[in-house]
Amino acid sequence: MSVVVFVEVKNKVSKAAMEAVYYGSQLGSVTVVTYGDTSEEILKELGNYGAENILVCRSLNESNDQALTNLIVAAVEKTNAEFVVLAQDQTGKGVGPRISAKLNAGHISGAIDLPETSNGFVVKTNVYSGKAIAHVALHSAKKVISILPNSLAPQLNQKDANLEEFSPDLGTFGIKVKELKSQGDGVPLPEAELVVSAGRGLKGPENWGIVEDLADVLGATTACSRPVADIGWRPHHEHVGQTGVAIRPNLYIAAGISGAIQHLAGVNGSKVIVVINTDPEAPFFKAADYGIVGDAFEVLPRLTEAVKKFSASQN
Amino acid sequence: MKLLVCISKVPDTTSKINFVDNNTKFDENGVQYIVNPYDEWYALVRALELVEAQGGSVTTITVGTASDDPTIRKALAIGANDAVRIDADPSDPHFVAKQIAEYAKNENYDIILTGKETINYNGSQIGGMIAEMLNTPFVSLATKLDVNNNVATLERDVKGGVEVVEVVTPFVLSAAKGMAEQRIPNMRGIMAARTKPLNVISPVEQEPLSSVVKFELPDAKSGCKYIEPENMDELVELLHNEAKVI
Repeated sequence: MSVVVFVEVKNKVSKAAMEAVYYGSQLGSVTVVTYGDTSEEILKELGNYGAENILVCRSLNESNDQALTNLIVAAVEKTNAEFVVLAQDQTGKGVGPRISAKLNAGHISGAIDLPETSNGFVVKTNVYSGKAIAHVALHSAKKVISILPNSLAPQLNQKDANLEEFSPDLGTFGIKVKELKSQGDGVPLPEAELVVSAGRGLKGPENWGIVEDLADVLGATTACSRPVADIGWRPHHEHVGQTGVAIRPNLYIAAGISGAIQHLAGVNGSKVIVVINTDPEAPFFKAADYGIVGDAFEVLPRLTEAVKKFSASQN
Repeated sequence: MKLLVCISKVPDTTSKINFVDNNTKFDENGVQYIVNPYDEWYALVRALELVEAQGGSVTTITVGTASDDPTIRKALAIGANDAVRIDADPSDPHFVAKQIAEYAKNENYDIILTGKETINYNGSQIGGMIAEMLNTPFVSLATKLDVNNNVATLERDVKGGVEVVEVVTPFVLSAAKGMAEQRIPNMRGIMAARTKPLNVISPVEQEPLSSVVKFELPDAKSGCKYIEPENMDELVELLHNEAKVI
């Protein structure tokens, strides 16, 4: 069984890329397709997770959905692949549906597990904003699977990956990129394993230092609730929740957030939730694994010190 | 400017999620349906703003049954000129996208707008599929849209930042937060919506490529373990040894 896995690799192999390659290797023999000028050495690391062949399109340098669709479909034709696997990230949301329409292939949007194949081909995916799980069956010969980041632990599956330059005709690009406003080089929220978040309980943007300090010692990404983004205390890309970013980290620490249902919809995929709130009746405690009824201004610095002490004891 | 906005009905965000018939069907008991917020607040309202400023028309399109009509009338009350409903159960994303693409292909829309996802299926699939079926660009996760003649300038969320892009019409977009503000329909809009055209048309053939076998609810949290605010060493210890996340 031949599998095409699409990944984006810049300076290093992201966890989302490892997950996609590992997922593909559980379905069959993996050919990775990617683009850009990333070094051969970095690309070959994908072999650690099960890539047997790597097709790299050096002439393409930007994430254009039409060009990427043509690139991935050309790789499917070259390898006669039955499956396409990619990450359900911003790029994947643009490209996944296009590929499946072009191949007339059933599409799993946001797989959270490997397929169950005892009776057909069934994959679990989150629905109702994480409040339920659907078991979706694909009926087509070709299948496209977009994986929700942080859904499975990629395991080593050592292969000696063979690298090949790949330059199919990508057609004309419909979208011209004028500018990219970067949000820095940190781990993007949808892929973050540790997230520290705060809400209106912090009382003002000038108080975010205690949130950032904790995030720093944990190596976590910072986030915020909707009101905080709406009043401009924090940038919009940090807003997690129903209308913001959906995250599924291993650990989500929320301080001064009451836990409205719309907030929970974006964070209920977190494996462990720690809630810090002065109000013992805050609804968020019902969704929490660990709760601290207390003042974030005292608890956060204390937690930062405790993490520092712990980290020192581990070295 | 001729705009088409894809509208879908979803359970209100505060609905209790349960399933019936051996977990194969959503339990509609007591559920209030609304227009999918991404379709309404962002896609529809921005489309209306553009047409109000520059002239043109906004048509909504829905793949659904007569039970969708109240939410379609809501979209008309907010200000859409007319509505189309493809009379079929929206069971599979390819099926839905195919119906919309087939309808749109001879209508020369400048922009087809969808929400970035529905809050029930969260698939983010329809816009991209329509774009591929019509062979047009697709601007996913758009947070800003301006149109000058046949050139649109958009901002969209991409990995690690925001991209400013230029696209020549026609194209398809999916709308995310930021594109517009919610509009509450006024009484005049609600009255006018009753007589605005809602054209019901028959679906075209398209084999469903996927189906939902069953639903399940995620494991409930076993309850919150409380830690004294003075005792953060204990929390760190629990996160390390019990939860194993640090």
